[in-house]
Amino acid sequence: MTTSARVQAAYRPKKAFPWGKTFAWIGMALLLFVTLFPFWWMLRTALTAPRAVFLETSSLLPVQVTLINFERVLGLVDPQTAIAMGGSGQAINFTRAIVNSVIVSILVVAGQTTFSAMAAYAFARLRFPFRDGLFAIYIAALMVPGIVTTIPNFILVRQLGWLNTYAGIVAPTFLMTPFAIFFLRQFFLGVNREVEEAARIDGASIWGAFVRVVVPMTIPALTTLAIVTLIGTWNNYLWPLIVGSDESVRVLTVALGIFRTQTPQGSPDWTGLMAGTTLAIIPTFVIFMLLGRKILDSIQFTGFK
Amino acid sequence: MSVQTQVANRSGLQQRRGRRWLNNESLTALLFVLPSLIGFTVFYAVPAIRGLWISFTNWDLLRPARFIGIENYIKLAQDREMWNALVVTVYYVLLNIPLQTLLAMVIAVMMYRLTQSMLIRALIILPWLMPPVVVGLIWLWLLDPNIGIVNLALKAMGLPMIAFLGLPQYAMPSIAMINIWQYVGYTALLIFAGLQSIPGSVYEAASIDGASETQTFWKVTVPLLRPVLVFVIVTSVIGSFQIFDTIAITTKGGPVNATKVLNWYIYEQAFSRFNMGYATAISIVLFLILILVSMVQMRIMRAGESDM
Repeated sequence: MTTSARVQAAYRPKKAFPWGKTFAWIGMALLLFVTLFPFWWMLRTALTAPRAVFLETSSLLPVQVTLINFERVLGLVDPQTAIAMGGSGQAINFTRAIVNSVIVSILVVAGQTTFSAMAAYAFARLRFPFRDGLFAIYIAALMVPGIVTTIPNFILVRQLGWLNTYAGIVAPTFLMTPFAIFFLRQFFLGVNREVEEAARIDGASIWGAFVRVVVPMTIPALTTLAIVTLIGTWNNYLWPLIVGSDESVRVLTVALGIFRTQTPQGSPDWTGLMAGTTLAIIPTFVIFMLLGRKILDSIQFTGFK
Repeated sequence: MSVQTQVANRSGLQQRRGRRWLNNESLTALLFVLPSLIGFTVFYAVPAIRGLWISFTNWDLLRPARFIGIENYIKLAQDREMWNALVVTVYYVLLNIPLQTLLAMVIAVMMYRLTQSMLIRALIILPWLMPPVVVGLIWLWLLDPNIGIVNLALKAMGLPMIAFLGLPQYAMPSIAMINIWQYVGYTALLIFAGLQSIPGSVYEAASIDGASETQTFWKVTVPLLRPVLVFVIVTSVIGSFQIFDTIAITTKGGPVNATKVLNWYIYEQAFSRFNMGYATAISIVLFLILILVSMVQMRIMRAGESDM
């Protein structure tokens, strides 16, 4: 074999079976299976009749397909019927919990995004005394673990008489989080100053320039923050658990935790639990379907959370 | 009028105008910042200071708080449950972080080599968006000792069934596995973004110099990824030290304290035993541990310096 032929041979690995790539694809398929199977199993269980879940335990498809579990956890079936079907007799009403979760999430998203945007704009653009010092203090608070302020905040909310109220649940995150201000300030710093200055020269007030020029230009960043805040609030557990476990304000995660401890016949009400779980993740699923690309981009951009 | 006075006049005018403008601007700025300042003061700053104060008291919500100096801190140094919680937490972090980071690296490299598909990226990040409560419930069901599908699969393969969350030796590894499932996709995506930011010319240079794939990975990719890896590891270690939701839903600290991590112990002390002072003292120790761990990590990994 001549040298050039040898070189050619060395550059012709394409004909050989691509073992590396095949293994990588098998790995990827395995990863996707492990990631998605639990979700399928949740849905499969939620659609299975309560008794059948103990009979055909390893059927990959729902057994005796039914929506009864969703009806049960939404309080559409009376307790006797629910027990007769092998479910939890406890009157579980996720409808109330869903409404509570929606109210709490909307309040936090609206409040936090608005007030954090205002503050972030001031930190990015306006000159005022102690600006940089104050911002540094906000940022330092990013490093304090949640549990340190959780207990004093619980005591404060208790003293205010806000236990088991929406006010108590939303209070700590309604006006700001250090992360929200930090995140938005980065974006406001990137806004072209000239457009704002043009608006000011045309006679707009600072507020006017902010609302009519800056906010419309940073809608993508504001949306991203709103999504992050929404998902974070929707998923939150510890805080609503300690300040809002009463049924009137109980959010979905807390309701699920309480439902899990109700064991009618020794073993948890799996079909009901999985129906509740499915309901709890539907909003996240929908938002992700609609805005998934934006979420992915922002993760890659900032590594948020 | 001399030139000097003219200059002086003008600068005086500018100053006056500047000051008025500044006043107007600072007033508006203050209004912009005010809501956040109230939120920060009431729910971050004051609670942090108050927490420190509570940790020096014996407050139990019933009787008025009494200052007891460093008694809580002396007590926690001698508290076996506290030491157990610390050991259990560190054990969890050690089970969680190395495996999660390694898997995330493998997944990121796999994605980088195979596909740019947005769909795949979206799918692998899905668990991260779910409430930890939901993830805990789903896995509690999957790992059920009698009729959970994981055990049924083990049985079908002729292996013994395991009470994953019911046995002290398996409980913590199971929790670590659940959380790896939830967070590995997110971590992988961050690393993937890091990989994408490495310019192709670096790889070309390496291949011209005759570097093998393994050499390229360890001598080129890993060093250039350092800032991303530092970010990923430091933030996930901080997060792991504060694990709560998954444990609250699945094991509640059991069996036999095998999963009683610091955050669960604090929760128990504060909200079942109402030892607010003691619970707060532990939370402050946790805070100090986190500062120490982060500093050590940054030092070891020379944060922020890419070798590029």
